[in-house]
Amino acid sequence: MTRTAVARDGSLFRLGLGVAALAVVALVLGIAFVLVDGSLLSLRAFGFSFWRTQVWDPVARRFGALPFIWGTLYSSFLALLLAAPVALGIAVFLSELSPRLLRQPLTFLTELLAAIPSIVYGLWGMFVLVPVVRKLEVATPGWMRHVPLFSGPPLGVGMLAAALVLAVMVVPFTAAVAREVLKAVPGAQREAAYALGATRWEAIRMALFYGRTGIIGAVMLGLGRALGETMAVTMVIGNNPQVSPSIFAPQYTMASVIANEFTEAADPLHLHALVEIGLVLFLLTIVINALSRLLLWRVGKKEEAPAVPAAAAPVAA
Amino acid sequence: MKATSAVDLRRRAVSRAVEVFCAASVVLALVPLGMILFFVLRQGLPALNGAFFTEMPKPVGEPGGGMANAMVGTLILIGIAALAAVPVGIACGVYLTEYRRARLSTAARFSADVLNGVPSIVIGIFAYQAAVVPFRRFTALAGGLALGVMMLPLIIRTTEELLGLVPPSYREGSLALGATRARAVWTVVLPAALPGIVTGVLVALARVAGETAPLLFTSFNNQFWSTRLDQEIASLTVQVYTYANSPYEDWHRQAWAGATVLIASVLFFSLLSRFATRRLERMHRGTA
Repeated sequence: MTRTAVARDGSLFRLGLGVAALAVVALVLGIAFVLVDGSLLSLRAFGFSFWRTQVWDPVARRFGALPFIWGTLYSSFLALLLAAPVALGIAVFLSELSPRLLRQPLTFLTELLAAIPSIVYGLWGMFVLVPVVRKLEVATPGWMRHVPLFSGPPLGVGMLAAALVLAVMVVPFTAAVAREVLKAVPGAQREAAYALGATRWEAIRMALFYGRTGIIGAVMLGLGRALGETMAVTMVIGNNPQVSPSIFAPQYTMASVIANEFTEAADPLHLHALVEIGLVLFLLTIVINALSRLLLWRVGKKEEAPAVPAAAAPVAA
Repeated sequence: MKATSAVDLRRRAVSRAVEVFCAASVVLALVPLGMILFFVLRQGLPALNGAFFTEMPKPVGEPGGGMANAMVGTLILIGIAALAAVPVGIACGVYLTEYRRARLSTAARFSADVLNGVPSIVIGIFAYQAAVVPFRRFTALAGGLALGVMMLPLIIRTTEELLGLVPPSYREGSLALGATRARAVWTVVLPAALPGIVTGVLVALARVAGETAPLLFTSFNNQFWSTRLDQEIASLTVQVYTYANSPYEDWHRQAWAGATVLIASVLFFSLLSRFATRRLERMHRGTA
């Protein structure tokens, strides 16, 4: 081949592949465009008050999304509160404490949690977890029921059940990334700690502190997962649009209301309101994921970015 | 030697306690895993007979019946998804490894990351607006498209990761023999990574086969036999969802059986990928 032929071959190759890469970029822009375009009616009609209004009444054509954003943020917050310590515990155990022989199988098993389809989590939540939660709620002593956090009838379905299911679903993601973060902490850090007479925990605390930005990134990644989770939450949260601090109360999330009402929204304004909720969910997850990337980026600088291991390769929840 | 002081004792006790907490965390995570597997198998296996795979759903009240249409539907949906996502995903993955520092690479890598984090329900909205609204009906094609969008970032990531595992000497050797870049990639680098990429694609397929949210308003559901791409089509996941929400015992049993099939396929492909990745890593270590 002549030199120009080689060059042409090279540029053609690059062009062909470049089209695919460009398509991926275009796809994301396309999603953003479709979401904005599909929510114009609602954006114009309600403006910012959409996110401050509690009333969601399709019949009266009044739409306020406060209950949904509250439900999404509250359930994700509770889920992280439960999941973060456990996920960190798992990461520490698997990277620092586990006997060599158990490390591989345990890692695989915890990552398997990420592979279970969300509909299966929902099914399990609905038929196994919710009855347990109901028993727990019934058994709650009377004086506690006066606290707003535990008020309301013991239904089983509600915020608590949703937070529990979400916590289980988030643990493998946070644990996998936190483990990568701990792995990236130089051995000299630990050795130095031990040399100074540190106990095991004190050395681990050193490592955690050294990787603190990465650890926060790992938790944020879990948050990104929790915010967008749809099926499992829809099946156990009770789907009742209300802003309540009670973890026993049935509530509603952004993803759930889209899943439940989208096919039934005959009124264009109703549809646009639902798409606007989707738009905000989209923006919210982008911001959270970008932040977590940014925090994790520094950790992975020496090697490749700490990718979630193959078995936990996540499908957007 | 000096006797251990109270402070030292306390420090050691704290350290012990944390170690116990960490071990307990692992157990705590394995409890739901075990519970889910146990309940799915206990409720699902008895309902999982030949009829489940070969028969159509029966109306309420008639016992028996199966999910044959839903299983075929899921296969069709992930088939469409694969056709849409695999070529684009692999090509994009190759671009990212070949032109690592190109501006387009940065943009595409960022986009794939974003796509990976987009909630599945939002991808459902996108597919609805892009592929349902213009034709004014729910179609298998729209559902497959939604799943394809979900698959895309997984395939890009797998391709990029596995191409990175191929020893650089492979491509250098081929370039030294006078191959063009395209030829080196096509005949040497890509084939070396192919087994891994294929497994990655299979895992991604198993993953999106378990998706429900993007199908709710794209492929919808269908109680009848349909393999047409321009009609609504049943899927295992949406059928499980419908049955779970119904008040009928019979249908609940069917839902558990469907969940068993889903779990079994995910488990199978996760094990397969673990096995394949390990082999590839060994190969890499052996030749590097």
